[in-house]
Amino acid sequence: MADTAQPSEKSDGLVFHPMDQFIVEPLFGSGPIHWYTVTNVTLWMGLSVVALVLLMLVGTSKRALVPGRAQSVGELAYGFVHKMVEDVAGRDAVPYFPYIMTLFMFIVLSNFLGLLPMSFTTTSHIAVTAVMAIGVFLAVTVIGFVKNGVGFFSLFWISSAPLALRPALALIEIISYFVRPVSHSIRLAGNMMAGHAVIKVFAAFAGVALISPLSVVAITAMYALEILVSFIQAYVFAILTCVYLKDALHPHH
Amino acid sequence: MEGDIVQMGAYVGAGLACTGMGGAAIGVGHVVGNYISGALRNPSAAAGQTATMFIGIAFAEALGIFSFLVALLLMFAV
Amino acid sequence: MAASTEQVVSKCIDGYGSAIGMPQLCGDWMANQVFWLVVTLIVIFLILSRVALPRIAEVLADRQSTITNYLAASEELKSKAEEAERHYTKALNDARSEASRLLDASKAEMKKELQSAISKADAEISVKVNESEASIAEIRKNALSSVEKVAKDTAKEIVLALGAKADAKTISTAVSSKIKG
Repeated sequence: MADTAQPSEKSDGLVFHPMDQFIVEPLFGSGPIHWYTVTNVTLWMGLSVVALVLLMLVGTSKRALVPGRAQSVGELAYGFVHKMVEDVAGRDAVPYFPYIMTLFMFIVLSNFLGLLPMSFTTTSHIAVTAVMAIGVFLAVTVIGFVKNGVGFFSLFWISSAPLALRPALALIEIISYFVRPVSHSIRLAGNMMAGHAVIKVFAAFAGVALISPLSVVAITAMYALEILVSFIQAYVFAILTCVYLKDALHPHH
Repeated sequence: MEGDIVQMGAYVGAGLACTGMGGAAIGVGHVVGNYISGALRNPSAAAGQTATMFIGIAFAEALGIFSFLVALLLMFAV
Repeated sequence: MAASTEQVVSKCIDGYGSAIGMPQLCGDWMANQVFWLVVTLIVIFLILSRVALPRIAEVLADRQSTITNYLAASEELKSKAEEAERHYTKALNDARSEASRLLDASKAEMKKELQSAISKADAEISVKVNESEASIAEIRKNALSSVEKVAKDTAKEIVLALGAKADAKTISTAVSSKIKG
C-alpha cells in the first residue's frame, strides 16, 4: 500500500517517517548494497567495537589495584556477567562465559550507542538479533546433545508428570523449544525498534507549536525509559542465554 | 477505492493490535508487584529471585512487543 | 531532479530517501547486516577472550589476594595489640596493688611511730606533771611555814609593842592554831 500513493504526499504538511532511522545505506557513495558494502551498519558496529576497546582494554591497561572510573566499569561488567552465568547456568557453565560476555557487551554497547541522536541502532534489526538468537539456539542444542547424548531428550519428556500427560507436555515443550529463538530475537529487536519509533513519533509532534512542549517532555520521558530498556534488554538477552545453557547442561527437570 | 479500504482496515487493525500492549503492561505489573510483595515479606530471599523476576518480565513483555510488531507490520509492511 | 524523484533507488527506499515498508524486513540489506555482525562478534570475542577477560580476572584475583593478605596482616597486628594491651593491663594492676600495699604498710608504720611518740610524750608529760606537783607542794609547804614564822614574829612584835610580855611558846601555839583554824 505504501509504494504508489506516498511520493505525491511527501512534500506537503506534517510528514514524518518514524521508520527512516532504520534504513541501511552505504557510507561512501550510493548504489546497491552487497554483503561486503561498508554501510552505516559497519560504522555503528565498528563504533561499538571501539567503545569496547576503550572500556575493556584502554580502561584496564593500568591494571590498577585501586581501579579508576573506566576500570571500575569494566570490572563491574565482568563481575555482573560472571555472577549471572554462575548463578543462573551453574558453575559448569563458566567455560562459556566469554561467549555470553561477547553477546552482552555487543548488545549493551549497541543499544547505548543507538541512543545517540542521529545514530543507527544495529540491534533494532531483526536480521542482527535473529543471527544471535539462532546462534545461541544452535550452540545450546549442540552442547546439549554433546554433553548428554540422547539424555537431552529428557528435557521434553517430563518424568515428574503423570504418564498420560507426558506426550502432550512433550509436544508443548518441543514447540516452546523451537519458538525460543523467535521470541529471543524479536524481544530485543522489537524493544529497540519500538522505543526509537515512539521517540521519533513524538519528535514529529514537536512541529506543531501548540503541543511541542508536551512533545519535548514526552521525548525526555521516553528517552529515560529507553536508557533503562537498553540495559534491561541486554541483561534479558544474556540471562535467557544462560537459562537455555542451563537447560542444555542439566536437561533433567 | 479498494486500496483505500484495505489501507483503512490495516490502520484499524494496527490500532486494535496495540491493545495487546495493555495486556503486557498488566502482566509486567503483576510480575513486579508480586515480586515486591514477596520481597517485603521475606527480604532475605529477595536478592536471589531478582533474576527470576527479570526473566518473568521478559516473557510477559515479549508478548506486548509482539502485538506492537503486528501493529507496525500492518502500518508499514502490508 | 524531477526524474530522480520518480526513480526508486532500491526495493526498499523510494525516490525521497524514505523507507518503503519496514526497513527491518528489507531482504536486500540482510546479507550485509549478517556479514558485518559476524565480523563484529568475532572481533569482540577475540578482544574479550584473548586480552580483556584474562586481564580483568588477573586484576580481580590480585586484588582479592592483596585484600586477603592485608586482612591476615591486620588480624595478626590486632592479636599483637591485644597481647600488648593484656600485658599493659596486668602491669597496671600489679603496680596498683603494689602501690596500695606500700601505702598500707607505710600508713601502719606511721601510725605505730605516732603511737609510740604520743605515748612517750604522755609519759614525759606525766613525769613533768608529777615533778611540778611535787615542787608546787614543796613551795606551798615552804610558803606556809614562812607565813607561820612571819606571823609568829609579827605577833611577838605586836605583843611587845602593846607592852605585854609573852613567851614565845604561847604565841607560837596561838598563831599555829589560828593559822590552822
